[in-house]
Amino acid sequence: MTQNITLDKAKKGSALIVISLPSGETKAQLIRLGITEGDVVKCIERLPGGTVIVQKNRQEIAIGVELAKKIKISLK
Amino acid sequence: MKTDNLIVDRQNKINSIDLSSLLVKTEKVVLVGNPNVGKSCFFNHLSGMYVDVSNFPGTTVSITKSHYKGREIYDTPGVYGVGSFNEEEKVARDIILSADRILNVVNSLHLERDLFLTMQLIEMGKKISVLLNFSDEVKKRKIKIDVQKLSGLLGVEVIETAAINNLGFDKLDYAIENARTGHQQLDISFMIEEAVEKTNSRAEALLVLEGDEEIARINNIPAGTANEREKLYISRRNKVNEIVDQVEYEDSKKGEFFNKLGRLSLNPLTGIPILLFMLVLVYFFIGDFVSQTLTNYTENTLGKGVFEYYVKSFVADLTPVEINVEVPDAAQNITTQKDFSFPEGMNKLPTLKKEFEIVSRQPEAITTFHFQNPIVKLFFGEFGVVTMTTTYLIFLLLPLVTAFYLVMAFLEDSGYLPRLATMLDRTFNKLGLNGKAVIPIMLGFGCVTMANITTRILGTNREKTIVTAILQFVIPCSAQLAVITILLTGAGLAPLLIYVSVIFSVLVALSTILNKMLPGESSPLLIDLPVMQFPRAKNILKKTYYRTIGFMKEAGFWFFVGALAVGIMQITGLLTVWQDILAPLTTAWLKLPREAANAFVMGIVRRDFGAAGLFDMKLTINQITVAIITITLFVPCIASFVIMLKERGWKEGLSIWFGTWIVAFLVGGIVAQILI
Ligand SMILES: Nc1nc2c(ncn2[C@@H]2O[C@H](COP(=O)(O)OP(=O)(O)OP(=O)(O)O)[C@@H](O)[C@H]2O)c(=O)[nH]1
Ligand SMILES: [Mg+2]
Repeated sequence: MTQNITLDKAKKGSALIVISLPSGETKAQLIRLGITEGDVVKCIERLPGGTVIVQKNRQEIAIGVELAKKIKISLK
Repeated sequence: MKTDNLIVDRQNKINSIDLSSLLVKTEKVVLVGNPNVGKSCFFNHLSGMYVDVSNFPGTTVSITKSHYKGREIYDTPGVYGVGSFNEEEKVARDIILSADRILNVVNSLHLERDLFLTMQLIEMGKKISVLLNFSDEVKKRKIKIDVQKLSGLLGVEVIETAAINNLGFDKLDYAIENARTGHQQLDISFMIEEAVEKTNSRAEALLVLEGDEEIARINNIPAGTANEREKLYISRRNKVNEIVDQVEYEDSKKGEFFNKLGRLSLNPLTGIPILLFMLVLVYFFIGDFVSQTLTNYTENTLGKGVFEYYVKSFVADLTPVEINVEVPDAAQNITTQKDFSFPEGMNKLPTLKKEFEIVSRQPEAITTFHFQNPIVKLFFGEFGVVTMTTTYLIFLLLPLVTAFYLVMAFLEDSGYLPRLATMLDRTFNKLGLNGKAVIPIMLGFGCVTMANITTRILGTNREKTIVTAILQFVIPCSAQLAVITILLTGAGLAPLLIYVSVIFSVLVALSTILNKMLPGESSPLLIDLPVMQFPRAKNILKKTYYRTIGFMKEAGFWFFVGALAVGIMQITGLLTVWQDILAPLTTAWLKLPREAANAFVMGIVRRDFGAAGLFDMKLTINQITVAIITITLFVPCIASFVIMLKERGWKEGLSIWFGTWIVAFLVGGIVAQILI
């Protein structure tokens, strides 16, 4: 088991387990899109500056760095 | 295609007023679904109307109503769930609450995402049918979805469709007729039981429990907490995942070319070259082909050579006129020059008329008519309301505007815009925005008025304000780009580069200042990326067609009115007065000819019209540069101004509007002082 990091630090191509999401509206929005705590997602791209693109099933979602910093993950 | 629509439309209207609907309340059928799933495609089909269809989330931002077979039909903004997180969601929520039947459009490629909304609609107790759209893509990717089983699990009709190929459209009537409430989740029924008793409906009870303050207030009961919402959400999410596991099988995963291109366009390292490559293509298509080859033909050969020549000849048959014909040879030397005088119109002197026709109909001949009567001059003279307006509008601007619309439609349908938004996210962060702001800004290059409405997709008020200001100040719309292209044609690259860098600097300065001034914080990027696709010809052409017609209607009217006004001002001498008033500004500060003042009378109404006045002035290259910078920064057109007031309120709207006056003359003047 690796230690928890935040999503903006994820490496391109890695599979991640979502440990915790920021609570409130953002969390609700992520659940609607299909991302919940405990899910496995793939980081398909990490742009310089920390914007990340994650993939869950066939869905690709771009997440800005400020939000990515609030999402805790661990490497699978 | 058009007459078809009209017939359908009329049919719908007749149906909607048939007797039964006068007695019974007309049922509301509402198209509901996640963003970018094809709702507007269905709406266009059912209503016979046209609303925009594009490949990015947030194309539709308001509700459109029409009629279909005795029922009302509504297109709605896409939402990932029923709620009240932002304005569009509230708009969608209200129409969903009032719906009698719902057509829930679902993207079959993203069942996990989309069925969340479906489950919520079922839990709300709404009568729904599910349209499994994108079934063409599902086939292509060899994904199997067990429709029967899905229908069984949900308890509602599920119909496979591909809106893009009109597939399944024949079953839409069936879907509407058989819309019903699906299977209720026991645990959720249990949770909302208590609230149902106190509210008007199951639907409202659920929303109250999910923390909707407004609905709670209406019903006079406390709204649920964020925790309660989360519990409901997670339970629903689990249920959805369970269903998807049971009904979906994937045979093969294959990476497609466009998928790869999509990936590459995300990272600046590869994305910026892709962006530049596209800009170069656009430059060659519009800057080279359309603006030189094509408009040269339409303006000079068709417009001046055919249209104006015959209209003016016809008028000259009947009224006093002097005509000058010049025939240049290949080296532009005048070989023949002839003056004709018809004091009572050409018809009175048939032999001279014959001679005139022979001389003037040589292919290279340039014919100038000088009418004597001032009224005739007003309508048919050099700047005639009928002749010049038509040439400018139809033979000069129209081909260019259409070309810009085509390019925009291509971009909108490709799925590129959300990826551009992602790539530029960090850059936009520095301007107090997130990458999503790219979408309204890019749409502004098509039409600033429409883009003003699309600012609704932005997360916070401050972002909406910043982008609205950017749109009014610095983004030139298609019509204006057309004018700028014409002015720049043949001027070389230097003015273009100066223009772009000045406008870009104003953009950066403007948003930096607003970012500092406005309180609060902007929202971080969260956007789902649609599948990249090669845009469909049908969709692009249809959209370009409707937008071009829209442009012609609006611009045609204002061009006519504007030309008439300028013409009358010219005859009455008012134009000279106005030019005198503005002279210090135009000649001393902007270093343009006095007549450039005309551009700023008409520019208030429409910027393209104002700028069209510049075509006939002999401007130096530096003057052209100053002129296009000033008119770009100058006030937005009337339509855009009105929409901005509606969207952002009169205080903000007026500040932006007056701001553009100041900035346009300030920046234009500074550039003039440096260059000229
Ligand atoms: N391949 C495929 N593409 C489709 C289908 N239906 C719609 N599209 C495309 O999907 C995109 C979105 O269509 P729209 O009708 O604008 O979607 P919408 O649901 O109205 O989107 P919003 O207004 O943003 O909520 C367009 O590019 C359509 O051409 C389909 O069945 N198959
Ligand atoms: Mg739509």
